[in-house]
Amino acid sequence: MGRKSNFYLILFLLALGGSLIALLRHMETGMPLLPGQEQLVWQVEARIDFEASGEPVTASLSIPDEKLPGFEMFEEHAASPGYGFSINDKKGARRAEWTKRDPLGDQSLYYSVQFLKSPFNDGTQKAPLKAREIPEYWDEALTLAADVVLDRARETSSSATSLTRELIKLLNAGNDDQNTALLLSTDSDRAQLLIELLSKEGIATRSVMGLYLEDARRRQTLTPMVEVWSGEQWVLFNPESGETGVPEDLLLWHRGGLSVLDVSGGSRSRLSFSMIRQSMPATHLANVSDENSLFSAIGVHRLPVEEQSMFKLLLLLPLGAAVVVFMRVIIGIRTAGTFMPILISLAFLQTSLVPGLVSFISVVAIGLLLRGYLSRLNLLLVARIATLIVLVIFVISILSIIGYQMGYATGMTITFFPMIIIAWTIERMSILWEEEGPKEVLLQGGGSLLVAILAYMMMQSTLLKHLTFNFPELNLVLLALILAMGNYTGYRFSELRRFRDMEPPH
Amino acid sequence: MIALWHNYQRMRSTGVLGMNCRNVEFISRYNERRLYPLVDDKLQTKLLAQDYGVPTPKLQFVVNTQHEVNGIESKLEALDSFVLKPAEGSGGKGILVVTGRAGENFVKASGAEISIADVKRHMTNTLAGLHSLGGRADVVIVEDVIAFDDQFAGYSFEGVPDIRIVVFRGYPVMAMMRLATHASDGKANLHQGAVGVGLAIDSGRCLNAVQHSRRVTHHPDTGLDLGKIDIPGWRDLLLLAAQCHDMTGLGYLGADIVLDKNLGPQLLELNARPGLSIQIANGRGLLPRLRHLETLPDSRRWQAARRVDYVIEHFREDATAH
Repeated sequence: MGRKSNFYLILFLLALGGSLIALLRHMETGMPLLPGQEQLVWQVEARIDFEASGEPVTASLSIPDEKLPGFEMFEEHAASPGYGFSINDKKGARRAEWTKRDPLGDQSLYYSVQFLKSPFNDGTQKAPLKAREIPEYWDEALTLAADVVLDRARETSSSATSLTRELIKLLNAGNDDQNTALLLSTDSDRAQLLIELLSKEGIATRSVMGLYLEDARRRQTLTPMVEVWSGEQWVLFNPESGETGVPEDLLLWHRGGLSVLDVSGGSRSRLSFSMIRQSMPATHLANVSDENSLFSAIGVHRLPVEEQSMFKLLLLLPLGAAVVVFMRVIIGIRTAGTFMPILISLAFLQTSLVPGLVSFISVVAIGLLLRGYLSRLNLLLVARIATLIVLVIFVISILSIIGYQMGYATGMTITFFPMIIIAWTIERMSILWEEEGPKEVLLQGGGSLLVAILAYMMMQSTLLKHLTFNFPELNLVLLALILAMGNYTGYRFSELRRFRDMEPPH
Repeated sequence: MIALWHNYQRMRSTGVLGMNCRNVEFISRYNERRLYPLVDDKLQTKLLAQDYGVPTPKLQFVVNTQHEVNGIESKLEALDSFVLKPAEGSGGKGILVVTGRAGENFVKASGAEISIADVKRHMTNTLAGLHSLGGRADVVIVEDVIAFDDQFAGYSFEGVPDIRIVVFRGYPVMAMMRLATHASDGKANLHQGAVGVGLAIDSGRCLNAVQHSRRVTHHPDTGLDLGKIDIPGWRDLLLLAAQCHDMTGLGYLGADIVLDKNLGPQLLELNARPGLSIQIANGRGLLPRLRHLETLPDSRRWQAARRVDYVIEHFREDATAH
């Protein structure tokens, strides 16, 4: 019995320790226990990769202004071991510059910046200089085509902004018209083409590189956009969608003439962004200098953004694991594969629930049909699973394409499901079908989905997301809970039903 | 909700063993992991049984490699009837029963004829792991066919009636007979619709019978009265089951036994994680007997025969001995 009481003591200490650390963190750093009492902060990290050849390197990156439409800069820093770093402000264009004498091999430079959501709006409404020259490489045919397209746009418009809108419409109509087709074929960058056309018309433009902010995204790139001077102010256009104005989730990273990234002394340079949404207590924002406390040192917030967004997901996993343990041990639901439901629910987090459910069920159902044929071929297990993986990828590609053609972008989200897991699921379900019949398949498949949905709903909850990410120590409490359930010897809920008709012998 | 609470109360009072309790308090406490291969691999079980003198269908030979399959005709020639079995098969998969010959061909239990090529393909598939858990490479066991006791001819539809005895710390605690039905497709799986007949542990007489968890009195296909079931030589079965503890060292196990017309009870296979349905077939929970046996001193090292006598005396069905 001593071992048992020891066990419960450990559980108690785990739970107590977890909650105490969380409480201390709350008092020390002012991190609120409930979500919603904090300000939204976007942390964006730009990463420059290039190959250095041993010559002196200068890398220059355009970085955003301190005040942008909808955002206000809060903090910025660069991380790049061994490099000299400075921020220059030339003619209103801020640039970060890294320098090093003789680096060799693959180099990675980081620039990280935090932006607060703010109602501030663009104040830099300086009138532009004159319109730019049209490019020299336009030959006669191109000039003619440009004239035709401009004529057509001019007819249905009345101002610089409406002309831009019409032009975008014409360009997006794409290859139906030979003139636009010709223009598009010479210039792959639509924003650049739009600027050139507008310049020809004598309208002042600025090229803009925008960054769409989405929580916990990695390897994002900038979206080229165009700003057009309407006579009084700059109006932003998205040349792909024709959307005007600055969307709420768009960060104007780069504005104006110069290039976004210049690397001299290196080759194959690449720029990518990762970003994460954080909530920061107002008090924390007030005293940024108090960064050296123990809690901020061991908090997840100190990690590079790329890792942070991964941790955001990782720290949710214990929650899913606890749901699985609860459903199996206390409720007694049968699932196909012990922790497969967690993987499904992780995929749901990416796809959102209903599209995820629809695509998962359809892929598995089609897979089962195909697997039915495979079982007649008498293949060996490894070959059978490998065949299934290939088939699943085909099915997913076809569904994505059909979905896309029918106008559902959600068709693409199927790719978030882990293929190998789906293939295994189909294999297990199919064996189950042969051995135990379709009823068992429905039971276990339904059980898995039910657990996955529950885990998804837990992991989706704002409160739990906030707690697991900002108070990682609370996972100790979860651990204690899982351990306690692991030692539960009482009846499962399902057993109350299973032994329902049991009668003692006469 | 109230009905569920009622169920809970009744289960507690009859001492029904739940899955969690079985796993935590019995399987993980009394069954050492390292012993599992002894029962998960039927070849090991069989060899062990032969060493301990526990009766089991006679092993003819083992096919270990694909190479041996090619020249298998000469080895099969000497056998009129035989059973092919994967050593690590699950749920009765991959078992081929050949009961006789028709010229060049073999005759299956169902009466269908198959050629030597079919037999070889079956062996190849088994070796490659088609029938084993997780698709691991396996070996083929070739053993004697059981001559079923005619006494139970009408009690099982197509399949083979087998007797499952749960043994705890070497003491048989509960027994049931599983009868295949049309609904279970000739398989002796209770949740597929086979009939489970609870047998009195002291006498081997029918206590209670269930199909799909509901009480039945007659076999649903053959209409025979299940209440008349009375296993002959019951003590030998108990003895056989009790010996399985000595030979494997597993504290909590299920022994599957069949009756051979000439050779008496034969051990088919062992299970280190026996299911809980035996309680439904018997209409009573396992816990009172398990708890009773847990109170016995650890130092007691009784012979199987003495343990069987203890069980017959203490777990009597007609009296309330325990």
